Amino acid sequence: MAIYTNEMLESMKKVEAARAVNVTLDPRRMTAEEKDTLLKTYHPDYKEGEFTNLQIGPNKGDKVPLELAAILQANPRIDPEKVDLSNPDYDVDVLIIGGGGAGASAAIEANNGGANVMIVTKLRMGDANTMMAEGGIQAADKPNDSPAQHFLDAYGGGHFAAKKELVYKLVTEAPEAIQWLNDLGVEFDKAPDGTMITTHGGGTSRKRMHAAKDYSGAEIMRTLRDEVLNRGIPVVDFTAAIELIKDDKGAVAGAVLLNMETKEILIAKAKTVIIATGGAGRMHYQGFPTSNHYGATADGLVLGYRAGAKLLYPDTLQYHPTGAAFPEQTFGALVTEKVRSPGAMLNNANGEAFMNPLETRDVSAASIIRECSDRGNGVHTPEGVGVWLDTPMIEIKGGEGTIEKRIPAMLRMFAKYDIDIRKEPILVYPTLHYQNGGIDITTDGMSCVENLFVAGEAVGGIHGRNRLMGNSLLDIIVFGRNAGRNAAAKAKDVTVGKLNLDHVSAYKKEMEEAGIHSDIVSPKLLPDYRRHK
Amino acid sequence: MENMVHVFLMGKMYEVPSSLTIMKAIEYAGYQLIRGCGCRNGFCGACATVYRIKGDPELKACLACQTKVEDNMYIAMLPGFPLVKQIYDIEKVRPDETIMMQLYPEIYSCIGCNACTKACPQGLNVMQYIAYAQRGEYEKCAEESFDCVMCGICSSRCPAGISHPQVAMLARRLNGKYIAPKSQHLADRVQEIKEGKFEGMIEDLMGKPLSEIQELYNTREIEK
Ligand SMILES: Cc1cc2nc3c(=O)[nH]c(=O)nc-3n(C[C@H](O)[C@H](O)[C@H](O)COP(=O)(O)OP(=O)(O)OC[C@H]3O[C@@H](n4cnc5c(N)ncnc54)[C@H](O)[C@@H]3O)c2cc1C
Ligand code: FES
Repeated sequence: MAIYTNEMLESMKKVEAARAVNVTLDPRRMTAEEKDTLLKTYHPDYKEGEFTNLQIGPNKGDKVPLELAAILQANPRIDPEKVDLSNPDYDVDVLIIGGGGAGASAAIEANNGGANVMIVTKLRMGDANTMMAEGGIQAADKPNDSPAQHFLDAYGGGHFAAKKELVYKLVTEAPEAIQWLNDLGVEFDKAPDGTMITTHGGGTSRKRMHAAKDYSGAEIMRTLRDEVLNRGIPVVDFTAAIELIKDDKGAVAGAVLLNMETKEILIAKAKTVIIATGGAGRMHYQGFPTSNHYGATADGLVLGYRAGAKLLYPDTLQYHPTGAAFPEQTFGALVTEKVRSPGAMLNNANGEAFMNPLETRDVSAASIIRECSDRGNGVHTPEGVGVWLDTPMIEIKGGEGTIEKRIPAMLRMFAKYDIDIRKEPILVYPTLHYQNGGIDITTDGMSCVENLFVAGEAVGGIHGRNRLMGNSLLDIIVFGRNAGRNAAAKAKDVTVGKLNLDHVSAYKKEMEEAGIHSDIVSPKLLPDYRRHK
Repeated sequence: MENMVHVFLMGKMYEVPSSLTIMKAIEYAGYQLIRGCGCRNGFCGACATVYRIKGDPELKACLACQTKVEDNMYIAMLPGFPLVKQIYDIEKVRPDETIMMQLYPEIYSCIGCNACTKACPQGLNVMQYIAYAQRGEYEKCAEESFDCVMCGICSSRCPAGISHPQVAMLARRLNGKYIAPKSQHLADRVQEIKEGKFEGMIEDLMGKPLSEIQELYNTREIEK
């Protein structure tokens, strides 16, 4: 099945030979200065030619990836003058765009708040990045830990760029978020006495990663989905929001929807709207493969930006250090950090443990890129290049059976191609993983546009310029619930005026005036992987 | 030259590279997927697929994003297989046998054919977890069904009309909420936060000049 090249086999032997020594090592962590130089030289976020400055809109002059600029400064999918807004197909209090973890949490809380709430989602509910999270969710709930310690890790890990008040909310509401999930029936890994089994993730100073094996996100997502359905909250699936609607007071008041299959246009009127559309991996920035789900195309940023919402840190992406580099069928898929947390070492082609495996993600990714480029210590694969992640070490350190117990999804993913990760190491290379930036919000979850709330990966500012593992599942719960609550409360005082799409027309005009001629339409909705002859 | 194979997508033949997954082969053939594609990595269950290899009567099932094409593979996707999900209030149900009887009585009509287990693309012992559910052993049912991606292939093969993934979903929620041991340290911490025990500590930290926070971060002690 998986056919190794001779180079790969030779190199694998070196890793095996070095294992007995490597397992005893604890490579030193890099100093702050070393990390700084490494990032500036090797991290994709610092590649000048891959970015451009926006010419129009609320972030005019700011730097964003070329691919993002192309969809932000593109044409709408509809002609704003021709859409009939006079007979909305849906009329609700709170409209939630996106059926992932943030959207589902928001829906449950908006429902608790007595609002008439509806979810529209592009694919099925749960076809989302949330479903794919393997590693876990952070919360400082152990006696040797505290929300302050969590704050320090998150704020420092994000290079001191996060909005402090958002981090404050994230860490102080974390234990309650875990409790809320547990009370909904989410099965966390626990010791027989009920103590949560918690581990390290890259950049954590305390073991505060809670997990449900390596199906953490799936377990959370399927439970939230079940709860949304139990409450009878309407979910309109295979339907994308393609534009926000405003009223004559300039507040957001609904969305233009597109049935993904029949292409029918529908109008949803709402008192408040929550964007929960997730990330951007399928934009394939800089040509990177991605770990993200099929619909991660930054739609929320496009919708929000045209309506006047400001973005924060749209130039920072997270490249997960360990994407699968081999076999071809798994290319770009995530190899969870839970492989490194119990001790699997990163080895170069010569079997050398070239770094501490628990550095933060950006540092680890840059370090792997350095190993595979300038240092020439990468292992060549049919798709590219990679380094070894020595998975058999987990069994040595944790005892036989640890892999099957703690990371069954990983075991299964590689077993499909006849690779037994208990016995053989695997090849990894960074993969596009997470949108650190997004729409700027205040602690109530609202953007700078009236009645437009945002939650989840579409938000910018919670994680500064780099997110730690386990803080995103946390943020979608904390800020998803927060947005749901506040959007429901706000809806009580809103009377919607006359609906219009004037902002879309105005944006088109701004593009023209800036001399931008684009043949692209956005939001992108889905990537196109068809073979074009 | 790439090694090519013939596959039949909903009956129509296409030639595709043998290294592709079924999902990528469908795209290679020129289709833009909307249904039947979610996570693209074996977690969401959107891409349930059945197939036959020419000459072999056995109907096989798989996830299209996780399975390589083979020569003479006849492929049909099953996106959106109709599972029955019953509505309940998690706060009001109790983890006893009567709840399954009430919500999913069809599980007691299981004839033991084991077609569900044979079809499961995750390799789960589906019939066994249904047996646990019948007996009200929700902890075991939860454990046995944990890796379920709810693709619905098992249900498509079931002569008794059981919606296995939904039965397992209920069992896991019952287990997670009512049966698994409670986490005292979690309850304590939530209470401490409510009482404002950490407010001062964090506000103090937030108020420090950047250089001081950086110093604290760079020299923080890391739990072994
Ligand atoms: C492989 C993987 C592993 C991860 N592991 C971890 C981990 O261990 N710990 C952690 O904390 N985080 C992890 N993350 C990150 C985390 O899972 C995500 O950041 C988080 O789940 C995002 O949640 P969300 O609700 O914001 O977005 P999503 O869950 O992606 O949901 C967004 C939803 O919006 C829909 N949508 C998009 N555009 C539109 C539109 N125009 N109209 C209508 N609907 C739309 C999508 O289809 C989708 O259903 C991981 C991510 C990935 C991809
Ligand atoms: S697309 Fe999600 S399991 Fe195949």
